Amino acid sequence: MGSDLERLKQDWLDRIAGAGDLAALEAERVAALGKQGAVTALLKTLGGMSPEERQSEGPRIHGLREAVTEALTARKAALEGAALEQRLAAERLDMTLPVAPAAEGSIHPVSQVMDELAEIFADLGFSVATGPEIEDDWHNFTALNIPESHPARAMHDTFYFPQNGPDGRAMLLRTHTSPVQIRTMQSQEPPLYIIAPGRTYRSDSDATHTPMFHQVEGLVIDRGIMLGHLKWTLETFLKAFFERDDIVLRMRPSYFPFTEPSAEVDVGYHLEKGRRVLGGTDHFMELLGSGMVHPRVIAACGLDPDEWQGFAFGCGIDRLAMLKYGMDDLRAFFDGDLRWLRHYGFRALDVPTLSGGVGA
Amino acid sequence: MKFTLSWLKEHLETDADLETIVETLTRIGLEVEAVENPAEKLAPFVVAEVLTAAPHPQADKLQVLTVNAGTGEAIQVVCGAPNARAGLKGVFGPPGAWVPGSDLTLKVAAIRGVESRGMMCSIRELELGEAHEGIIELAEDAPVGVPFAVYAELDDPVIDVSVTPNRQDAMGVHGIARDLAAAGLGTLKPVEVPVIAGTWPCPVEISLEDEEGCPVFYGRAIRGVRNGPSPDWLQQRLKAVGQRPISALVDMTNYITLSYGRPLHVFDLAKLRGNLTARRAREGEEVLALNGKTYRLDPSITAIADEAGADGIGGIMGGERTSVDESTTDILIECAWFDPQRIALSGQKLGLTSDARSRFERGADPAFVEAGIELGTALAIDLVGGEPSQIFRAGEPPIPDKVVDYRPERCAELAGVAVPEDRQAQILQRLGFTVTRGEPWRIAVPSWRRDVDGAADIVEEVIRLEGLDQVPSTPLPRAPGVARPTATAEQMVERQARRTAAARGLNEAVTWSFLAEREAEAFGGSAWVLANPISEEMKAMRPSLLPGLLAAAARNAARGAESIRLFEIGRRYLGDGERATLGLVLAGPRGPRHWAGKTGPVDAYDAKAEALAILAAAGAPVDNLQVLGEAGPAWHPGQSGRLCLGPKNALAVFGTLHPRIVRAFDLDGPVVAAELYLDAIPARRGGAGHMRSAYQPPALQAVTRDFAFLVPADLPADQLVRAVRGADKAAITGARLFDVFTGQGVPEGQKSLAVEVSLQPAEKSFTEEELQAIAGRIVAAAAKLGATLRT
Repeated sequence: MGSDLERLKQDWLDRIAGAGDLAALEAERVAALGKQGAVTALLKTLGGMSPEERQSEGPRIHGLREAVTEALTARKAALEGAALEQRLAAERLDMTLPVAPAAEGSIHPVSQVMDELAEIFADLGFSVATGPEIEDDWHNFTALNIPESHPARAMHDTFYFPQNGPDGRAMLLRTHTSPVQIRTMQSQEPPLYIIAPGRTYRSDSDATHTPMFHQVEGLVIDRGIMLGHLKWTLETFLKAFFERDDIVLRMRPSYFPFTEPSAEVDVGYHLEKGRRVLGGTDHFMELLGSGMVHPRVIAACGLDPDEWQGFAFGCGIDRLAMLKYGMDDLRAFFDGDLRWLRHYGFRALDVPTLSGGVGA
Repeated sequence: MKFTLSWLKEHLETDADLETIVETLTRIGLEVEAVENPAEKLAPFVVAEVLTAAPHPQADKLQVLTVNAGTGEAIQVVCGAPNARAGLKGVFGPPGAWVPGSDLTLKVAAIRGVESRGMMCSIRELELGEAHEGIIELAEDAPVGVPFAVYAELDDPVIDVSVTPNRQDAMGVHGIARDLAAAGLGTLKPVEVPVIAGTWPCPVEISLEDEEGCPVFYGRAIRGVRNGPSPDWLQQRLKAVGQRPISALVDMTNYITLSYGRPLHVFDLAKLRGNLTARRAREGEEVLALNGKTYRLDPSITAIADEAGADGIGGIMGGERTSVDESTTDILIECAWFDPQRIALSGQKLGLTSDARSRFERGADPAFVEAGIELGTALAIDLVGGEPSQIFRAGEPPIPDKVVDYRPERCAELAGVAVPEDRQAQILQRLGFTVTRGEPWRIAVPSWRRDVDGAADIVEEVIRLEGLDQVPSTPLPRAPGVARPTATAEQMVERQARRTAAARGLNEAVTWSFLAEREAEAFGGSAWVLANPISEEMKAMRPSLLPGLLAAAARNAARGAESIRLFEIGRRYLGDGERATLGLVLAGPRGPRHWAGKTGPVDAYDAKAEALAILAAAGAPVDNLQVLGEAGPAWHPGQSGRLCLGPKNALAVFGTLHPRIVRAFDLDGPVVAAELYLDAIPARRGGAGHMRSAYQPPALQAVTRDFAFLVPADLPADQLVRAVRGADKAAITGARLFDVFTGQGVPEGQKSLAVEVSLQPAEKSFTEEELQAIAGRIVAAAAKLGATLRT
């Protein structure tokens, strides 16, 4: 009997190993372990045995059942593995095919530079102020100590509108961001620390001038503010903006009706591959206009010039962008050429931060 | 303002060299724009004597010269000038010299077989004039070997300074010398004003009818003058600073103008009709001015008139009718003073600039009227002879009597430099101020500094001459702690919108704020049209950002760009204000062709998707937005809409642009766009701080049920979705349209809309009865819109 079972077991293991696919294997399982199966039949014989016989035969018959079950499981796993491999082989794709292209957006350099300015000046305690671009001549000229006939008005070739403002004032496109100084002083209590970036307009169009351009104005009104604070502020700003420690400023007496004393600020630069790079003292270029706010301007805004004093400065944003990022044609700023926008633009996540740097 | 070094030195006693002078000028606020020395290009040319002159063996018109150029050897030169002869002294250029007038560099060369080692030069070849008939002939005593520029006194650098509009005093060489002297560069030579006694009464009477515009007018006649070309020294000086010599009398007025900032005018007495009057011009009165142009005047302008009418634009330009010429024998010199504001306005109105205007509008020194006429008379007599009359003085010079109170500490307070009091007083006195030290200082302002009228101006004078480089860089006071946020809510909206648009693959452009009126028309028209535009294309302030973006899109398309995705953040300029706006334009295919699928042209839903995404990023409550109405005449009437929070509160328009607009911008359709009204986005509710509400995920999982409805074909799907969503506010947490179908199985005039509804059970799972009840409410709500459940 014992050798019969051994033979039977070997017979079933051979049959299971010989099953070529999952269907054949299932047929063997039914033949062995199904209700009518051969092994099931053997198991049923146990019930008719004497206790002694069962003692000896039981483990052997159960052993047979376990061996067959194990063989079935192993064979099933092997067949499934082979089938999966075959399926995967059939699913092979060309992994060198290109993915669907996503449109790449960009931030205009002027916007980027404005964000950089906001970030740097926020650290110095300045907030960003705005004002209308369609201004009246009082805010753009008169309040800034530029009377109607003053020769300085001849400096600006101003765009005018035919209609007058509510107070009968002539309406124009602001020629500088300086009227924001006036509006800020009129509407807020000092101390004031602001920058005012924005669009400005002059009737000027040639290779280096466009009728629309961007300026940033700075204004501080506080007690005890003097020219040295202006110098420090500009130095600190330019060092942070250009991310260089070798920025050298030179102040030169000049004239703006709304500041007294007034100074042009020249900045040292050097040439790298024919391009002007700020830093050092090889050459100097004019970059900013500045000065101490004229007492008449402070008074025109309803503040007491004996109590409050401060400084103001103005600078071209397009120019700052050109000097920092190397564009050479101002007119291209306003053309919307996608090639240019992608070349000089910034990625959406290039957000200027103090920790990450303000130069993307 | 141009002047030469030698001219300056007539007013300034100084040992300073050119470089120091130039540096100092810029340092004290007289910015040097250029320095040019005409001698530099003539450096190689020397005075030389022709020793021998013999005919050229091969050419009739040439001679072979030997020349002594002071080198100790006889230099052989072939020369074609008819006046070349032995004994002549001229100007020799050696090999290697660059000849400016003919732009060539001399070299040793054989001319018709005879070696020539240099050139004897003509006037034209040295760019000293037009004469080219022969070589230059110098005086017999001209020193051989000396550089010609030195001998001819051409070694006189020309300095060009940019004078700011406040500096009336720097519009003459004397004033510039005063500034340099105050800066420590030497001593100002005082003006020596001659006192000339007239021998006869002035034959012309002068009356002032416009005393506001012309409060003072001195006149003096000189009879028996011989006008003609002015002498070389005067011509040379005027030419050096870019002025054209005209005649001795005219050159005299220009010389006084340039030297002292004091314009003069000279009339031909024989051409004057009767007496002179400074009066307001009559409406439409015309003057043929000295520049040959006729100007139409009006009563805002001061005219100088005789009894025949106006023949001078007071303080700006004289008239042709009464001007001097070569045959003039009797003259009248005018030395007047004009109101600066009136001159500026008149000059602007006439579009006429002149040396006189640029001085009178800054303000000529009113205390220099007497000096001006005396200096002019003296120079005139010197140049053209004649017998001067007495001076006719009409009016009084308006000499200001300005005294400024000043505390010397103001210098440290305002400029940050504690300049010692003695030093401050010294600077001011050298500039012509009279300083009375006390509590406070009383500082009398000189008549040539009308720009100075307060303590801040005094500080500027002191620090300007002390040096702005002395100002110490001083940190601003800094608030303790980390810098605080400064951006306003509006600024944050713009930043979020901008970065989101870029992250979604849109390229930010900056386009002009002004456009052609016709471009504005389709977008509601412009409320602000410039009176003096730079061109018709840049005339109307934009009522929308889209025309500028469309023009940019068209330029890109013309350059071959296919998929165009542009946006801009800027202002629309409306009648009642400037509105922060984001515009975007999509044109061409959605993207480049791709192997995995068709990309297709952009459609209105692309524009809607961008609009909603950017609005959401900017903080708009996009779930509450409804699409209402059409976007306007610029848009496709069936493929556009307004995204609204209420019927009157649109946050954006979007859609397909009208084909007419697309064509007008030279684009091929379809072009889709959106315009987001950033200032209409309601402010985020603040005040809650950073704390979020407590996290309470539902205990039970949500279930979804799909409903398909047949609805009238023209029912906006959004209405159905809203109705479904509102059918059971407690249980329904979401309703999403996922299919739109027309065709087989859907009756004509209807469409099938399929909506997935999310149901969120609260404490316990929904029973089948509850689900059926909710479904019933949904179907009932939909039925109100004419929807029936599709079975």
